[in-house]
Amino acid sequence: MGRYVVRRLLQMIPVFLGTTFLIYFMVYQLGGDPISAMFGDKAADPVFVRQMREEYHLNDPLIVQYWYYLTGLLTGDFGTSFSGIPVADELKRAFPISIRLALIAFAIEIVVGVGAGLLAGLRRGKFADSVVLVTTLIVISIPVFVLGYVVQYWLGLKWQLFPATATPGDPTWEDLILPGIVLGSLSLAFVARLTRTSIAENMRADFVRTATAKGLPRRRVVTVHLLRNSLIPVVTFLGADLGALMAGAIVTEGIFNVDGVGRLIYLAVTKHENATVVGAVAALVIVYLVMNLIVDLLYAVLDPRIRYA
Amino acid sequence: MTTNQQTKPEKTDAVPGAPLLEVDDLHVEFRTRDGVAKAINGVSYSVSAGETLAVLGESGSGKSVTAQTIMGILDMPPGVITGGEIRFHGRDMLKMDKDERRKIRGKKIAMIFQDALSALNPVYSVGFQLAEMYRVHEGMSRKDAKARAIELMDLVKIPAAKERVNDYPHQFSGGMRQRIMIAMAMALDPELIIADEPTTALDVTVQAQVMDLLAELQRERHMGLILITHDLGVVADVADKIAVMYAGRIVEHAPVDKLYSSPAHPYTEGLLASIPRLDLKGQDLYAIKGLPPNLMRIPSGCAFNPRCPYAQDICRADVPPLIEVAPARHSACHFAQQVLDKNGGS
Repeated sequence: MGRYVVRRLLQMIPVFLGTTFLIYFMVYQLGGDPISAMFGDKAADPVFVRQMREEYHLNDPLIVQYWYYLTGLLTGDFGTSFSGIPVADELKRAFPISIRLALIAFAIEIVVGVGAGLLAGLRRGKFADSVVLVTTLIVISIPVFVLGYVVQYWLGLKWQLFPATATPGDPTWEDLILPGIVLGSLSLAFVARLTRTSIAENMRADFVRTATAKGLPRRRVVTVHLLRNSLIPVVTFLGADLGALMAGAIVTEGIFNVDGVGRLIYLAVTKHENATVVGAVAALVIVYLVMNLIVDLLYAVLDPRIRYA
Repeated sequence: MTTNQQTKPEKTDAVPGAPLLEVDDLHVEFRTRDGVAKAINGVSYSVSAGETLAVLGESGSGKSVTAQTIMGILDMPPGVITGGEIRFHGRDMLKMDKDERRKIRGKKIAMIFQDALSALNPVYSVGFQLAEMYRVHEGMSRKDAKARAIELMDLVKIPAAKERVNDYPHQFSGGMRQRIMIAMAMALDPELIIADEPTTALDVTVQAQVMDLLAELQRERHMGLILITHDLGVVADVADKIAVMYAGRIVEHAPVDKLYSSPAHPYTEGLLASIPRLDLKGQDLYAIKGLPPNLMRIPSGCAFNPRCPYAQDICRADVPPLIEVAPARHSACHFAQQVLDKNGGS
């Protein structure tokens, strides 16, 4: 087990190098001169431009620039944006907000998704099952920006159940409930359907029949014997999804004015703040890799047939 | 064994010699989109304490469905019980409420399944699954229940039970897994065990060991045993009486030695003739011609008539009732007497 974890952690190094270089390369390829961009419509001051290009190594070839960036990373320096703010500070501000948002979405996903899936799976072909199937189909078909505005209008403005937009800078937990619902809705639908299929399949499993034949109460058969086995595929999905929730909130964060990682990346791309884009995405890559490792380890906990050596 | 499992105070309600379980004219069908499959068409049998009834038949003959109906683990829907009674100590279990029924399951009537690997839950240790019986039915503490689980594993002769109690089903060999299943069934000292092809998934050498263990425990504890199988070899040593099933009916019912020496139904005769025999080495094995019937279109008259060498017009018209053809011997065949005479049974 320990050796497996060490091996997996070591494997992250080439993956991390590869992804950061790819991102660096792509941002570089976006073109446009970030320094001139700072001046907008006005003519750029040539002295300032030269000075900036020198300071940010913009005259060097790509590979050299990447080398500077990488050596900086190793000493804990994420670089500095062109407007002079250390990228590390920007990340420190944005990540906690996105993590909070992702956790809310995640909690809704688990509670509602697994609950609905369990209900539908146990009553396959009955009314409750059809309701879950149709509802999830609708949720899956609606684009996030439509769902976002609809939720914001009805729940936030019309009925005023929750704040319609987040407090700028430091949103409260309450502020994040609506964006959390919107962000989690798509995955919620997937989780519900995945759980439903898995439950319905395992309902016919021999070990569930054995549990019934042992004279266990139905509640125990379902929660102890059926659910644990059925959640194995769901956990895989949920683990990979937690990373996606943090990265995939660009639209949602935009609608609800949440200052998270999604918005940070979006703004950085439009302003050609290369260091910020690469830094934020690299951090997300690490989140993904770590989440994947945790899911794989959790697998072995849920299913003793899986052993890592 | 250090516990007092030999004393059985709760069994005093059983009248000596009276049947423990009686299945009476049971009818079960499966209603599916493709039609209605008549899986059981009037099955009756009984088992007394200490008695072993072997139920013999091909796949689809209804032997497992009968067992599942007795246990109350039949998938309903699609299964529907359309008639009959299942009496346990004289009380019809089909009329009991869910909770009363549940308390009989596992505690009074236990079941051993065919494939222990899929019948045991893969994600829990065998100790947990054994201890669960005591924790749920007797409210025992985790620790006490685990101690009892180890005793059970000793009882079914699993070596190093103490070390293996926390192992998972996949870490055991096939034979050991089936012993765990037997242990689980024995946990609460039931009065009746239903074993649904308990040795089919095992190696031949292991089959005998597992069967011996089951027979030994049954003798010691004076339990009723319903042994469902399609293996004629398994039955001969352990069973007291045999019910042969075909297309959801019992076609022959007899004490085990009588049935082997002189079958009274053409189907039984065919089954016995198809056992490989050393003295006939080199000759073609006998096979009953044709296939078992589709349960959605059971032939009219005797269901066996299309495959039967004795079949006449009457067999295609009338369903033969199960009648006594000799003392303690029943056969459902219009020509039962003729078959019996030919085999020297009367």
